[in-house]
Amino acid sequence: MSETNTFILDDQEIPFTPGQSVMQAALSAGVFIPHLCYHPEFRPHGSCKLCTVKINGRPATSCTTPAAHGMEVESNTPEILDKRRTLVQMLLIEGNHFCPSCEKSGFCKLQALGYELGVMTPRFNLMYPTRPVDASHPDVLLDFNRCILCELCIRASTEVDGKFVFALSGRGIKKHLVVNAESGRLADTNFSLTDKAAQVCPVGVILPKRMGFAVPIGQRHFDDAPISAHVDEFKPVMPGPGGRS
Amino acid sequence: MNAPRKPVKLRVATTSLAGCFGCHMSFLDIDERLLELLEFIEFDRSPLTDIKHCGPCDIGIIEGGVCNAENVHVLREFRANCKILIALGACAVNGGLPAQRNHLDLRDILAAVYVTEEGLVQGTQIPNDLELPLPLNHVHPIHEVVNIDYFLPGCPPSGDAIWKFLTDLLAGHTPRLGHGLIRYD
Repeated sequence: MSETNTFILDDQEIPFTPGQSVMQAALSAGVFIPHLCYHPEFRPHGSCKLCTVKINGRPATSCTTPAAHGMEVESNTPEILDKRRTLVQMLLIEGNHFCPSCEKSGFCKLQALGYELGVMTPRFNLMYPTRPVDASHPDVLLDFNRCILCELCIRASTEVDGKFVFALSGRGIKKHLVVNAESGRLADTNFSLTDKAAQVCPVGVILPKRMGFAVPIGQRHFDDAPISAHVDEFKPVMPGPGGRS
Repeated sequence: MNAPRKPVKLRVATTSLAGCFGCHMSFLDIDERLLELLEFIEFDRSPLTDIKHCGPCDIGIIEGGVCNAENVHVLREFRANCKILIALGACAVNGGLPAQRNHLDLRDILAAVYVTEEGLVQGTQIPNDLELPLPLNHVHPIHEVVNIDYFLPGCPPSGDAIWKFLTDLLAGHTPRLGHGLIRYD
């Protein structure tokens, strides 16, 4: 590693290879930066804003900002953590996140980040949107109540599966996930449980049928340690500018 | 003269609004630590004392959300009397299970239960008695009705989480639960 390729993240010197994002370099060095729409196998999206850091005093999403030598990056500061907490709270009130009945509980990144950041209250008035589920597919249930619009399923279906099953429709608060079929039903697409798009949802929207609550409480993915201690799972799968291209 | 002052116990009131009493059961899961707690607190209105109205208190603990008019009255009585008000459990924090009715029309729900449901005694009607509190159109978490000082999520929060929360509070600092004690399910 060349000595010229480092930046400072919260008083820690982080090495990077040219082309890596701040997020990739931090994760490679074992430093967790909270995120939801970032996935090591996909191009960064920069939409969830959870990974926002201050770079030389200016806010930027660490998943989309290329690392540069000498940068001074703030991540784990009271100001940034407070903003991340607010983002999680806004996601929680915008959908219907009823963890006690969700099969993804214990595996959910939104929930794990709530724990990590110490989110004790939704704080704002809850919106309780009406979002019917799509149970038409024989193997997969779609519960739109939990969608956070990270577009990982869209990216996976488009870039990996080549099926274009999902898309976002609408604008602003009315933006929502849709299924690319004339009927709007998942059953009327060629979606399959083995698709990459079925594996990447960070929350509990895309669920395999007939295997709910298979893992007992205490043994679920994020039961053992906070998500920040799972940092190795999010390390870049390949060096360079941004995963799959 | 200089007789040692009897330590003043903090007065604590608890109630369950639109909840299942599961959080109160979880509170009892602190087991024999309840005796230790009673060195520092005494109960005002609570299912444990059967006192019907909340008097001036240091701490009020609310389980459950707000689903009817009586819940609103009780919650406001707690807020008016308690220096510190705590939302205990998922229903108080975000509406929880009762709030799952929020995307349905209240009239449709009552009709489904009391009119169109199969096997009802003939002549069954939607209950309409002055003694019954009127249900609200939607279930609300309690912070949408009064100001809340602390939140303890969980369905229910574990006895250990409640113990850590209360002992932190009694020690005079902001409760910090940490991994494993903060839970939404």
